[in-house]
Amino acid sequence: MTKTQKRVLKFSIMFALVFAVCPTVSAMHIMEGYLPPAFCIAWGIVCIPFLVKGFYSIKKIFTENQKTITILAMAGAYIFVISALKIPSVTGSCSHMTGTGLGAILFGPCTVSILGIIVLIFQAILLAHGGLTTLGANTFSMAIAGPFVSFGVYALCKKCRVNKNVGVFLAAMLGDLFTYCVTSIQLALTYQNEGGSIVSSAAEFFGVFVPTQLPLAVVEGLLTVLIMMALENYAKPELKAIGFEKSV
Amino acid sequence: MKREGKIAVVLMVLVIAIVVIPLFALKGAEFGGSDDAGSQKVEELTGEYEPWFTPVFETALNGEIPGEVESLLFCVQTGIGVGIVAFIMGRFVERKKHEKSSSSC
Repeated sequence: MTKTQKRVLKFSIMFALVFAVCPTVSAMHIMEGYLPPAFCIAWGIVCIPFLVKGFYSIKKIFTENQKTITILAMAGAYIFVISALKIPSVTGSCSHMTGTGLGAILFGPCTVSILGIIVLIFQAILLAHGGLTTLGANTFSMAIAGPFVSFGVYALCKKCRVNKNVGVFLAAMLGDLFTYCVTSIQLALTYQNEGGSIVSSAAEFFGVFVPTQLPLAVVEGLLTVLIMMALENYAKPELKAIGFEKSV
Repeated sequence: MKREGKIAVVLMVLVIAIVVIPLFALKGAEFGGSDDAGSQKVEELTGEYEPWFTPVFETALNGEIPGEVESLLFCVQTGIGVGIVAFIMGRFVERKKHEKSSSSC
């Protein structure tokens, strides 16, 4: 090998290393090790009541209402798919959606917290995405806060007699966005900017996330409407069994 | 029913448009994760930040997960999800067909 060839080779290896080391991983959750232990534990504790409630409602589905297990599996699988897709956005960076809106509309927010935490554990262990130490915080934002907003928005739309598809769309979209609001607040509680106020730091983090997330939230809304339409067409008995659709 | 089909098609086209347009509109953009943007912001605010815990899998491997393997794992996740959704949807669709044909007999 000539000297120049060697040099080229060395250079290319260095080039490769530099770019391989840049973490291209991760799109949304708070990364492993980015929250101090006290916060990790605190967020974990906040999640526990929701998870317990969710566990019992899932248990109830398995013992009393077996017909609806398929729909539950569907909602879980939907979160799996949606949160694995990293989608390019207008800001030139990628992010992914939460997918928790569907389950929240169908089963209520607590049930979704269990489905969400399964996905988060999967990603934290196998994909180095999110993390075990930040599991509590991520669970709270993605699997609890987001679904609660989705559920609330959908209920509100139903009460105001908004078109059902529009309601589903708004619920999924706002739930997705709110997940990022909560993530910003969580980060701001931990890291304040120079001025030191939590609100302005939260706004700053929010400013980083929102432009990327907004189009994705719209995509999530649209996809959720699609899958709800499919379910309404083909799974009426199940939807009735979970009390989603009372009159046909 | 027919109107619903039309809505579905429009929605799908919209979804694809929203996803694909940034790719062409922002040629040469990096498309890194927005999580990284979050971590960068943390560093901006606090100076150098050293995460105090590294992902379990990375500790076991003693380094980052190779990019290709990572995309494989993401594919596995998607695959599991799509598999379940497709299986259940398929059952529902067939059931409806079956009900229709048996009720018309």
